[in-house]
Amino acid sequence: MRYYAPLALLLAAPVAAQDRPVLEVYTYDSFVTEWGPGPAIEEAFEATCACDLRFTAAGDGAALLSRLKLEGARTDADVVVGLDSNLMQEAGETGLFGASGLADVNWDLPIAWEDDTFVPFDWGYFAFVHRADFDAPTDFRALAESDTSILIQDPRSSTPGLGLLLWVKTAYGEEAEAIWDGLADNIVTVTPGWSEAYNLFLEGEADMVLSYTTSPAYHLIAEEDEGFTAAAFDEGHYLQVEVAAAVASSDQTELAQDFLAFLSSGEAQSILPTTNWMYPAKTPEGGLPAGFDTLIAPEVALLVPASETPETTDAALAEWLTALGR
Amino acid sequence: MADRAGPLTLAGLTAGALVVALVVGSLAAVAWRAGDGALGPGDWGAVRFTLWQAALSAGLSIILAVPVARALARRRFPGRAAVVTLLGAPFILPVIVAILGLLMVFGRAGWINDAGGALGLPPVSIYGAHGVILAHVFFNLPLAVRLILQGWQEVPAESFRLAANLGFGARDMFRVIEWPMLRAVLPGAALVISLICTSSFAVALVLGGGPRATTIELAIYQAFRFDFDLGRAALLAGLQLGVTVGAGLLALRLSVPQAMGAGRGRVVARWDGGRGWLDGAIIAAAILFLALPLLALTVRGLPELLSLPASVWSAAGRSIWVAALSAVLCLALSLAIAVAAQRLAGRRARGLELAGMLGLAASPLVLGTGLFILINPWIRPDRVALVMTALINAVAAMPFALRALVPAVARIEADYGRLADSLGLTGWARLRRLLLPRLRRPLGFAGGLAAALSMGDLGVIALFASADTATLPLQLYRLMGAYRMDAAAGAALLLLALSLAAFWLLDRGGRMDADA
Repeated sequence: MRYYAPLALLLAAPVAAQDRPVLEVYTYDSFVTEWGPGPAIEEAFEATCACDLRFTAAGDGAALLSRLKLEGARTDADVVVGLDSNLMQEAGETGLFGASGLADVNWDLPIAWEDDTFVPFDWGYFAFVHRADFDAPTDFRALAESDTSILIQDPRSSTPGLGLLLWVKTAYGEEAEAIWDGLADNIVTVTPGWSEAYNLFLEGEADMVLSYTTSPAYHLIAEEDEGFTAAAFDEGHYLQVEVAAAVASSDQTELAQDFLAFLSSGEAQSILPTTNWMYPAKTPEGGLPAGFDTLIAPEVALLVPASETPETTDAALAEWLTALGR
Repeated sequence: MADRAGPLTLAGLTAGALVVALVVGSLAAVAWRAGDGALGPGDWGAVRFTLWQAALSAGLSIILAVPVARALARRRFPGRAAVVTLLGAPFILPVIVAILGLLMVFGRAGWINDAGGALGLPPVSIYGAHGVILAHVFFNLPLAVRLILQGWQEVPAESFRLAANLGFGARDMFRVIEWPMLRAVLPGAALVISLICTSSFAVALVLGGGPRATTIELAIYQAFRFDFDLGRAALLAGLQLGVTVGAGLLALRLSVPQAMGAGRGRVVARWDGGRGWLDGAIIAAAILFLALPLLALTVRGLPELLSLPASVWSAAGRSIWVAALSAVLCLALSLAIAVAAQRLAGRRARGLELAGMLGLAASPLVLGTGLFILINPWIRPDRVALVMTALINAVAAMPFALRALVPAVARIEADYGRLADSLGLTGWARLRRLLLPRLRRPLGFAGGLAAALSMGDLGVIALFASADTATLPLQLYRLMGAYRMDAAAGAALLLLALSLAAFWLLDRGGRMDADA
């Protein structure tokens, strides 16, 4: 009966009282699917909190930030899960996020982490995933010159899309626009989010899809299919750390901080590798699941320092739009 | 006239003022906010793409439509009337449904590629500019055929008889009769179609495939959703308005054929045979092109209908709600304006009618942008997503409703006005006793059109909605995004059925004992 909602609004009907506090969590689409981490995380946290954890999916990671900016302090969200290291600076500047209440965690991240707002929950390297029998190019130049078809995501709405933008920019600098010029005819389509692109890839629409070095682990472990691998690029791979944060205007600040602490606990961290298919931010006691040892390990990790991401992104986005708009 | 500023006139003036306030208010908000926006290189790319794809789409639609219209004009065959009627159907076909059908035929995993793959042909891709243009031709070819067919049918039968007497061959026939007719009809038809293509949103959203094929409408949506840049969205809305108004001014200089309700007409007796099999093949090819995507959709979607996820059904419920509200709003506003315009007569009537037509000037996404800017500081836009969708679609359907209602009201008043006056039938009683019973037919048609248009809307709703206020078209788009194509086909079939049912029910309801 949800479609009566506007009617209820017009009549200014009071919202029904809840007996348990509700923690509203905004996240990206693939997080809340039945095979994603959402359901397990929800069950585990609700067992400890005497609250009702409610996920709302708002497209992909970058769309999430736009949604929050749009809603401003009026937002229903108490916690946001799924921004990333590339968006942190921009997200922090909105002033919408409050303290995490988390200190002195020994993160197992490839980079040092000190931030009292954003809590890392998992990380990974962006990579082009392809079928094992496909002969993949080994750098962007070779990719641009080949007739390999690829699926990528829009950097304005998705964190992998933004990651790719910064990957090319950090690897090629001034030359980045020329690389994009060359890549233009390899791109089958640009999707708004990761899910769309990955599903298209699985439907056989392209040779490679922009995803993570860890994606083949999903096929290996969940589907017992060894037929997927990630292409190792000579330039190195761009690093992504996914983060969560509490919303400052929330009326559930304490509960939100509890959730962030839970997210960094062994219980939640052990759920993530085989549901979100990323490396955990804090390696659980049992170590990584079997199968993660078969993944490619990039020798060079590329990353734009957080304070520089907004300017680098603006410049790279303008190049990207120009090159692909031609 | 019975009463100078009676309640009906007042209602009409209020309705007109409301529409003006809505449109002008939205545009003012756009203009106000556009001041602090700046366009990027991608935005100019969007403007260029919008213009050239519209020109190309219109050109292709027209070129392909001429032989089809010519074949239909020359041939009589059983089912011809049905074919001509069906050519009017894409107008109420939800865009997103057609796109899904096209994907199932022309997509990577579609019928054409399956067949081509079996023959060893390289795969064709529907993403990018050519996909957008293909979809636009799919939508506008039928309209073009109807517009051109009308031109053919207006050639007097005597001309053809005379030509036959003079022993004209196909060539002379073309030079003397057909070409002058086409020269008069084609520019107007091309303009109408390119105008429709400039405000394309859903097609570019699904098939555009990135910055290469972004229309201005899509860029507006992206500025909102991706960049949260209201200033740039407003600036783009201003550009879109400029394109529409420019084309509109151009249309005033050309004779633009009537788009709606035409083309059902007679078959002109012809004495010039021509090759029958060729005409037959052309008509068959056109029908195949138009019917195949819907057939593909039906084949895949029918088994899915009963197992659709609950989210699809609740979205369908929201869509019905929106369609009903939109129809009611459109009818109430249009009827009030039509009645008041008849009473005011002269210049003021023209002005009032024009106020009702204002929705033509701005695209739904431009109006949506303005309203979004206006309400955003006060309410979370997704809380009023459904009301906004209904309202904007109602205003967008008003020009069609007025075109049906205004002449009908005038005719009734001319026929029965004096009788009603002598009976002292004024105000609401006059509306209830005299007008409403006799307006059922145009009211039904207009209401059906408004309901169907807003049922299939994917534009305004995409701008406003969040995860839990999705209508059926938006839910369908999301299923396609998640590549749940079977469920998407089922949902598409449901949406198609609802749109057709909404139109049919209202239109039919209006026809039943209309003359009682």
